[in-house]
Parts: sequence; structure tokens; C-alpha cells
Amino acid sequence: MSDATFPSSVGSAAAPAPVPRGARITAITSGKGGVGKTFLAANLAAALARRGERVLVLDADLGLANLDVVLNLYSRLTLHDVFTGRTPLEDAILPAPGGFSVLLAGSGLIEYSRMTPEVRDKLLDVVARVRPRFDRVLLDTGAGISDVVLFTVSLADEVLVIATPEPTSLADAYATVKVLASTQAARPMKLLVNQIQRSGEGRAVRAQLQQVVDRFVNSTVAAPVKLELVGEVPQDTAVREAVQRRQLLLDTIPGCAAALGVAAAAGKL
Amino acid sequence: MHRPQAQAAAPTPGLQLERALTLLQHCGHPTPDGRPGSPEWLQSLIDSLVDLSSRDPLTGLANRRSFELALAREIDRVARVGESALLLAVDIDHFKRINDTYGHAAGDQVIRAISAALAETVRPMDLVARVGGEEFAILLPNCPPAFGPHVAQRLRQRVSRTVVRTDEGPVLTATVSVGGAFAPQWVRSNARLWMERADRQLYRAKAEGRDRVCLEPSVEPSVSAEEKGLLFGTSQFQDLE
Repeated sequence: MSDATFPSSVGSAAAPAPVPRGARITAITSGKGGVGKTFLAANLAAALARRGERVLVLDADLGLANLDVVLNLYSRLTLHDVFTGRTPLEDAILPAPGGFSVLLAGSGLIEYSRMTPEVRDKLLDVVARVRPRFDRVLLDTGAGISDVVLFTVSLADEVLVIATPEPTSLADAYATVKVLASTQAARPMKLLVNQIQRSGEGRAVRAQLQQVVDRFVNSTVAAPVKLELVGEVPQDTAVREAVQRRQLLLDTIPGCAAALGVAAAAGKL
Repeated sequence: MHRPQAQAAAPTPGLQLERALTLLQHCGHPTPDGRPGSPEWLQSLIDSLVDLSSRDPLTGLANRRSFELALAREIDRVARVGESALLLAVDIDHFKRINDTYGHAAGDQVIRAISAALAETVRPMDLVARVGGEEFAILLPNCPPAFGPHVAQRLRQRVSRTVVRTDEGPVLTATVSVGGAFAPQWVRSNARLWMERADRQLYRAKAEGRDRVCLEPSVEPSVSAEEKGLLFGTSQFQDLE
């Protein structure tokens, strides 16, 4: 009965983009930067890979990519080379330490950080071509709600919003949900709360966001948004350590609270 | 060998064209060009049938079928080039009252007059369609957001100034309510969703008193003070569930 939750997803309305079937595509977005989006994308990918999925993380932060920094994985072959036709797509898909694949954005993509018909066609093409080869594609979008971010999110089957309990992050997560709900086809909208101080804070954040969404957004859109909490990741010194060492948390300190939180969230994605 | 009244004959072996030819003749379409049975003649016949099935018989405007096709094409174009396009949903106010008071013939005349007023007010590239009894839809490609309210208001005013002299005598005027929504740029949506958004604004215009324009407010990524109040206001970090 998913049609009851998302009335406008009946028929073709659910298809956000002309992308062939294959991997489930999850767009990871946050509005605010610095909430751990890329770090979580990489670690969720590792957790999903451990569950047996073939996973690709596509660094869709075309302006300020830093998936390479999180993974300590530097390559000369990037999305930029695929866009310009210098490199075949296959060569730019690299194995990452956590048992998944990555397509790095590279630093030469600043010229693609504004939406143009060219960027649109190239992104569509890349997503369409990687989709049949994986079970799951995580699109790590940039911060903010730019044209490129909104377009990237439109390619996904589901949206994962990353927020922290900080007011600035809540406000930006809310703004993201609002814009997506009013301008894009209805899809599952999931929430992962990062840097929580105590257990249960994720649920409180979800309830708070949902309350404002119900009041100001759901009264104006055809398909009401229901945020689904997939997990909460505690603030953990181990995270800082993993980031500093530029390693995956799940490899470095697999038993820590944050790693357990990420693994649990991956199970609900 | 060829009789002059080509439409009376079925000059193509195996094809039964009498009904098609009779229908076209009945609807005032010219007889197909070319020698009956020739490819040119058949093409002309098919073109006439396509034209017939794309138009609303009462007003000559595009009908719902052809409008939906145009809308789907425009959605793809907007997604591809990021251009701004506006969809307006227009509905005659209190039309039932006109019909009940002056009869259906007068109602039809009002519909025709308003159709003409709408069609005259838009650019040649815009498409005006009759999509229901007293409902119209207008597709305006390449319409920047800043122009939307002006275009919609101009249409509304033009209709309200239209005077319909009915055959039965009474001189009628009518107003319309207009709702509108812009297609999401870059993001591929679909025609039905776009129509729903424009319709939603039309309902708002009706609810707010009719003879007015309501366009979907552009989504502000900023969060209002009111929204922040609720977001941070009460027991922010307490477990609410």
C-alpha cells in the first residue's frame, strides 16, 4: 500500500528520471555542510558491502569534492575525465578500502558546479551506465540546495537526509526536505541523525522535524512527507580518530558506538 | 474513372474509408488533397483525422488529449534545457449558474467567447486548450517566473472585459479563476504532477473568492521565523516519542 503514503507516485510519477533499472539509488544530502555526510556515505557503503551488496559511491559534489580525502584514495582518473571523454567510465570506477567502489569527482569539476544542459546530460549518462552494474549507488551530493544538488537528488529512488541535533543543521535539513517535497516526485525520505549526545536523540530530532514538516509542508504538497529514521550515530572520539587517519571507521575501530550506529543504519537503508 | 465527389467512393482496395470521409465532411473539413487512393490523398485524410482528434469541437482549441501530449513534451524540454515554463489552469466562475439561468446554448457562447479571449491574449507559441466543460489549460513555454503573474493577470482581466451577446438576447459577462505552477527546471517531472500543482492553485483562487490569480509560491529554501520557532521552540532535545 505504498500508494497510500505517496499518492502521486502512482504510475510514472514515481520515476524521477529516465535511468534504466538496476541498483537502488540513494541520494545522500544534508543542506548544511560539515555534518559528516561524506564520512557517513563512505562508512555506510562499507557497511552495505559487508552485507553483500555491490555498492558504488558517486561523489556528486562537483564543486568541492572530498570523498577522496575521507578515503585517503587519490586517483588521476575522476568523473572529470569521464565528463571530458578522456577516460572510459570503467577506468574511473575505483575499488575503495571498504570493499565497495567509488567514482571520485576530482578537483577539476568546478566548471561543472553550475547546472547546464551539458552537466545534466553527463550526469544522467554516468548514472544510467553505472546503475546496471551495482546493487546500490550512493550519490554523495554537495552541501546546500543548488541546482546541481537538486538535480542529483532527482536521479535517486530514495533520499537520505543527514542531520545533527545542532539548530543550524536542523534548519538546513528542514529546508532541504521542504524544497524536495514541493518540487520533486515523492519518494521515500529517510533521516540519519549524526553526532548525537545521548541515545534516543535521533528519534527526538525526527519528531521535531516531522512536526514542522506536517505543519508547514504537508499541508501544501500532494504527497505528504513522512521522515523515516534509519538510525542515529553517536558523537564518538573514534570518529575523529578515523577521520584524522583518513580511514573507514568500520575498519579502524569496528566495535565503537559510532561504527555500530552506522552498521545498524545500513541495515535500514 | 474518378468521380468528382471523392469522399463518396472507397477508392483504396481493402480500406473502409466511408465513415472517415463522412465524419470529416460533417465537421467541415475540406476533402483530402490529391488523387483519391494515392499516398498523398491518404496522408491528407490522416492529417485531417489527427487534426479532428486534437481539437475541441466547440471552441476549436486543443483538446485534453493533445494538450497532455504537448505538456509531456514540454516537461522533457524544460528538464533538458532548464528553461522556465508556466502552466495555467483556468476555470470559468459560477458557470453552472450561467447554464441554469440562460440555458446551454448561452453557456456554449460564453465558453466560445472566453476561449477566443484567452487565445488572443497569449503569444503564438503558447498553447490554450479546453480540458473540461468550463476548464481551460494554458501552456506557456519560455516564461520567466517574473512574467508569470503579469501574464496570468492579463488573461483574467481580458476575460472579465469580454461581453457576450447571446443569440437569445441577454448580454453576459463572466470571470475566470486562474491557478498556475512552473515546471521544475532540470528535474524531470511528469505532466500529471504539473497539472495537479496548477489545479491546486486554481482551487486556492476559487476558495479565496474567484476572479483572481494564484500562482504556486516559489519554494524558498530559507526557513521562516515561524518555522524556526516550531523547529527549535519546544523541548527541542527531549524525547518526544
